[in-house]
Amino acid sequence: MKRFIGFIKKEFYHIFRDRRSLFILFGMPIAQILLFGFAITNEINNVDIAILDHSKDASTEEIINKISASKYFTIKQMIANEAEIEPAFKKGKIKAVLNFEKDFSKNIIKERKATIQIITDATDPNTANSITNYVNSILQNYQQSENKSIQIDYQIIPQTRMVYNTELKSVFMFVPGVMTIILMLVSAMMTSISITREKELGTMEILLVSPLKPFQVIIGKVVPYIFLSVINAIVIVVLSIFIFKMPVQGSLLLLGLESVLFIITSLALGILISTIAETQQAAMMISLMGLMLPVILLSGFIFPISSMPVPLQIISNIIPAKWFIIIIKGIMLKGVGMAFIWKETLILIGMTLFFIGLSVKKYKIRLE
Amino acid sequence: MKTIGYIIQKEFKQIFRNKGMLPIIFILPILQLVILSNAATYEVKNIKFAYIDNDHTSTSRSLIEKFNASTYFDVLTDFPSQEKASSAMLAGEVDVVLEIPHQFEKKLLKEKTTDLSITINAIDGAAAGVESVYVNQIVQSFNKDVKMNFRNTSNKIAQPVTIESIPSFWYNTTLDYKTFMVPGILVLLVTMITLFLSGMNIVREKEIGTLEQINVTPIRKSQFIIGKLFPFWVIGMGLLTIGLILAKVIFNIPMIGNIILLYGFTSIYILVILGMGLLISNFTDTQQQAMFISWFFIVIFILMSGLFTPIESMPKWAQLITEFNPIKYFVEIVRMVMLKGSGFMDILPQLWKTLLYAIIMNGLAVWSYKKVN
Amino acid sequence: MKEENVIEVNQLTKTFGDFTAVNAISFEVKKGEIFGFLGANGAGKTTAMKMLIGISKPSSGTAKVAGFDVYSQTESIKRNIGYMSQKFALYDDLTVKENITFFGGIYGLSRKKIKEKREELVSELGLENISNKLVGSLPLGWKQKLSFSVSLLHEPKIVFLDEPTGGVDPITRRQFWEMIYKAANQGTTIFVTTHYMDEAEYCDKVSIMVEGKIEALDTPKKLKEQFRVDSMNDVFLKLARIPSPTLPKGNGENIDRN
Repeated sequence: MKRFIGFIKKEFYHIFRDRRSLFILFGMPIAQILLFGFAITNEINNVDIAILDHSKDASTEEIINKISASKYFTIKQMIANEAEIEPAFKKGKIKAVLNFEKDFSKNIIKERKATIQIITDATDPNTANSITNYVNSILQNYQQSENKSIQIDYQIIPQTRMVYNTELKSVFMFVPGVMTIILMLVSAMMTSISITREKELGTMEILLVSPLKPFQVIIGKVVPYIFLSVINAIVIVVLSIFIFKMPVQGSLLLLGLESVLFIITSLALGILISTIAETQQAAMMISLMGLMLPVILLSGFIFPISSMPVPLQIISNIIPAKWFIIIIKGIMLKGVGMAFIWKETLILIGMTLFFIGLSVKKYKIRLE
Repeated sequence: MKTIGYIIQKEFKQIFRNKGMLPIIFILPILQLVILSNAATYEVKNIKFAYIDNDHTSTSRSLIEKFNASTYFDVLTDFPSQEKASSAMLAGEVDVVLEIPHQFEKKLLKEKTTDLSITINAIDGAAAGVESVYVNQIVQSFNKDVKMNFRNTSNKIAQPVTIESIPSFWYNTTLDYKTFMVPGILVLLVTMITLFLSGMNIVREKEIGTLEQINVTPIRKSQFIIGKLFPFWVIGMGLLTIGLILAKVIFNIPMIGNIILLYGFTSIYILVILGMGLLISNFTDTQQQAMFISWFFIVIFILMSGLFTPIESMPKWAQLITEFNPIKYFVEIVRMVMLKGSGFMDILPQLWKTLLYAIIMNGLAVWSYKKVN
Repeated sequence: MKEENVIEVNQLTKTFGDFTAVNAISFEVKKGEIFGFLGANGAGKTTAMKMLIGISKPSSGTAKVAGFDVYSQTESIKRNIGYMSQKFALYDDLTVKENITFFGGIYGLSRKKIKEKREELVSELGLENISNKLVGSLPLGWKQKLSFSVSLLHEPKIVFLDEPTGGVDPITRRQFWEMIYKAANQGTTIFVTTHYMDEAEYCDKVSIMVEGKIEALDTPKKLKEQFRVDSMNDVFLKLARIPSPTLPKGNGENIDRN
């Protein structure tokens, strides 16, 4: 035991002596969470659009005013004819063109009906769709004010209540995701690299011929990183509470325990990677190339899993980050307790055991 | 020139001899492109929907039937009470709950208007917004049905004004997310591979000790650096080629613009990334440090590139930061050229910035590479 | 610079912060000489050598190597010297032939010359059967011999060898020194650091560094006479016993690794 503690101390010295890495390890998550908390949003704001007004009358002017007053749109340019639409899109300056038909006011008065064409640059389908929706709701609004005098009968009015995130802040969605990515990648990457590094330098053999048992060597290497990652997790949670006003509806203790569990899962994955990789370079490429995009895309961090094709929904189950994101959102935003997240917790525990078991097996094969 | 040739030859040999790395460089990115491109969709469908029917009338039932018929909603179940529904929502089993109040039909007939309560899990604010739009659409269309059913004689006293909007989705008429995502993810993969490989390469020789051996030879800094980076440049271009072929063959993504223009831009862009990798290599002592720094930048670059979330929606200061993000330019250009057919003049601003970036990065890298300490 | 001197060092000093790794050393090396640069671990040998081969800038003093200044003409120095570092520095993941081709290439040898040299070298070292094997799979002794030969590839005026025989068996060491003699006979100047004192006996002239300073500089024979002992080992022990109140222990080692 004494030997073991000595060994752990050695690992701590290694980490703390390398100031540059230490700075990166602690500074990076803070910088990232601040940057992303503020910057990443999938809401649509200030979209640059252009107007093609064939009528230039009172009604079109009123609608254009309404649109330019909305926070969703910035009217970037007025264009004179259809031929100018294509070049404007190709330059990428604007995302949509509102095309008002000729005799707009006249049509409203005479035929009680007028037409607007909403042309969107649908290379980004999400933005295109949102623009169409927002323009439509502005038009609805205009219609209602025009029709004030007319009573419309038989109306069911949906009263919509947004729960867990009343203001629809995208920070609530992204902070748990960013936290997960940082914990996962930092933990998995650090362990896999630090173990393969010893392998590459040949110092691993020295450790293995020492009276320490192999699993003690591995645990000794991992303990300091658990410690580092826990500090990172605490910093991230504190930042999200105080800067992004994320609520913690549920138990802070439970949040802490689940985070430790997830850190251990990630470290176990790191150990597994280190048993596969021969060089630091390979370990890094596997943990970065292999983990980064799947974690970002398949965890529900940005894109809703339920909308993915079924095979991908199935694959997403093997991404530990998916389960952790469900857990933190549950605890922080919904305020649930263990009764609601025991299943996710068990899955993470199971994955951890699986990673460790597989590493031990791989490790034994190599020693023989 | 001949000297550079020897270095290039050596680097290629080392890359292709490393059997552990080859699949990571070539197979992993391709797999990810093919699989993950399907995952990146903001489309909201298969919404987990449940209802509480307190009215049990034909009107309430036909409203529910409307939801059932919609392709967006997966009508899961009806709950006897609000409590049961909340608990299911807590457990994540349900995202939208519709509650039809008592006397729903009666009130509608009598007062011509009635409320309906909808609860939406809004953790994903954007999805919640879309869900609310879908719900409203269904209720609106139900309203129309109600009018038809309840009012026998249509009294055309005053016809309301309607403004009809005709949406027209250019360049991607079916609003297919893959058209949007495949080029973007391809950009990412090319960037990640070239940055990681170049960032680690020189620092690796530093760690092994072979760099010292190179430093005592009369080789010129620029020769050495060009020789080192050229193979990664080739790999980057190769990956782009494979990716473009896959995009065409598997995803049927169009190539409307000039492919030579795209290659021209990419050839400059990869220089930016390689210069950056080299700069990182120069300022670090171990591969570990180099990796952490590359990782730090790549995560920021990815998430602030406009690839997954729109740049216009970011706060002004964040938009300013994205000006320094090379991936942003590449993502823009790939989408513009491939999907819209933008020409040379259209992409000129991005081209200039990228070229300037490449010159600065490589200048700094060569300057900071020291044969003498 | 006198005609026959290929290395002239005068008051050369290197400091790291307030630690002086190399303290005003001066010496000369003649053409074709085997110059032994001795000292304990951490005495400053490697640091001094790195200044001479142009990969570390001196703090003060002057030095000329092959007639070129170590401050301003490092690239010209590099064209005229070979270097074999303490750490094995050929590429493990290239074959014997590929390593030779690569280093020949970056020294700017012609394709024909590289081919000639490659065949000559492979047959001299008796590596015919394994010339297409990865260097990483060779035993250390062969690696060392190979790396010495590679450092001679471009026929340099001076070769710097930093502890070339560390960790190899006595027979290989013996063969190694035969190679050194052969090179010296062909007119190449050899500058070799070692802490094996028996090897010092093979040198034409030796200097012994203790804590950054050169404490002895002469032929092995004269040094033994001067210190009245029978072997270089005893010379070294006498010198090393000088107490050093100024230098904290362990400092030197860190510097050596730079």
